[in-house]
Amino acid sequence: MKKLIIAASCALAMAAGAVQAKEWKEIRIAFDVPYEPFEFKKPNGELTGFEVELAEAMCKDLEAKCELVVQSWDGMIPGLLARKFDAIMSSMSITPERAEKVTFSKPYYNTPGGWFARESVNLDVTDMDAMKGKIVGVQRGTTMDTYVTENMSGTVSVKRYTTADDMVLDLEGQRLDVVFVDYPVGEQTLLSRDGFKEIGEPVKLGEGVGVAMRPRDKDLAEQVNKSLDKLKSDGTYDAIMKKYFKYDIKM
Amino acid sequence: MPDFIVNWLNTNDIFTATTMLHYWDGMVTTVQLVFLSLLIGLVVAVPLAILRTVRNPFISGPIWLYTYLFRGTPLLIQLYIIYYGIAQIDGIQDTFWWTIFREPFYPALLAFVLNTAAYTTEILRGAIEATPHGEIEAAKAYGMSWARRVRRIVMPSAARRALQAYSNEVIFMVHASAIASVVTIVDLTGAARDIYSRFYAPFDAFIAVALMYMALTFTIVFCFRLLEKRMLRHLKPANG
Repeated sequence: MKKLIIAASCALAMAAGAVQAKEWKEIRIAFDVPYEPFEFKKPNGELTGFEVELAEAMCKDLEAKCELVVQSWDGMIPGLLARKFDAIMSSMSITPERAEKVTFSKPYYNTPGGWFARESVNLDVTDMDAMKGKIVGVQRGTTMDTYVTENMSGTVSVKRYTTADDMVLDLEGQRLDVVFVDYPVGEQTLLSRDGFKEIGEPVKLGEGVGVAMRPRDKDLAEQVNKSLDKLKSDGTYDAIMKKYFKYDIKM
Repeated sequence: MPDFIVNWLNTNDIFTATTMLHYWDGMVTTVQLVFLSLLIGLVVAVPLAILRTVRNPFISGPIWLYTYLFRGTPLLIQLYIIYYGIAQIDGIQDTFWWTIFREPFYPALLAFVLNTAAYTTEILRGAIEATPHGEIEAAKAYGMSWARRVRRIVMPSAARRALQAYSNEVIFMVHASAIASVVTIVDLTGAARDIYSRFYAPFDAFIAVALMYMALTFTIVFCFRLLEKRMLRHLKPANG
């Protein structure tokens, strides 16, 4: 009887080992659409976008069949843990709070913070003497806010806004000299209008966005990391990025 | 701040010395803003309330319209219109007004003054109109002019009647000042929002600030109680 139990547990252990070494032939990846230009639907209903194309390239590299799943944002992590899909590639920023629930791959993109000002303003944002006494607008609680607060709070005066719209109004009304805002937001709200321009170089902040997976699927995480590294180095990543962005978000 | 307090505070996760100083700065801004707007508002409201009770519609009419407008719209909207509206006026940036209105403090002060003055005017008007006819007739019989009657008979008793309602207006104003934070003023609420977004701790940040508003309110209530004791002494029971 004892032997039987030992034999059975050995068999079980082997079976478990076999499960762990499971080949990922099919990966279900979740996106929250629309979040242009990262993931959105074409008029014919087909999913596309920067992250979607990156996911497809990754699956091709892994020789796996990919199923693209549409999931709304608030059910993302619960859905992953409930095994409705295997990975999230939906612009999920890596944070310590989320990292307690899911395993993140290495970051695969990070939108920079951009400096924007009125057309008539000429400023070197890296020159602390020139910035002295200037009024900088940021969105409260963003990585841009943290950056300015930590690095420039003695030099400039920081004004914190809840919405980007209010901040744009104050930049237009000359209450602010310059704003420091998530680049895509600045591009949409400021560069699309007359009278504003970008100054200086975009600054990369934060830990970036990673693929989120279940903590138990360590082998998948390993494969994803390997594949992402390959795509980043062989030019596939850059080709996809250039299609959607004028600036560098590679990480 | 003394060193031992700093050291003690820095053992906390959220309420460190830096955080407490941020709250303190916010408290100072809130008190300044509310105190100034109430003071200016009261100074403006007294003559308006007297003129509002005048029979001539060309004098009382515009004041009625003013109080109607400012009591009929939310303070938040008034603040938005004044703060963002002024910046949209063409060429304002080149005039000396811009040195005042560039800062968020003065547009907020203006909005608060206009708002509280409208309410205070109506509180005082009610008190003035409740003056017993007999007192006015007696003053007239003594041959007092209109100005003297207002100064000696009407206003002193109206002020007493208005006191309790006015204490409410003061407390409302303290609480309404929380919306100053939407135009980038770092008042108590602004400080709480900063701390909330830095530590992702909504409960801690906002409960702390709620307690501070409560402390402010209790101080005001206490002051008004003293004032009422003094000014309404004649209403006390004879051997109470």
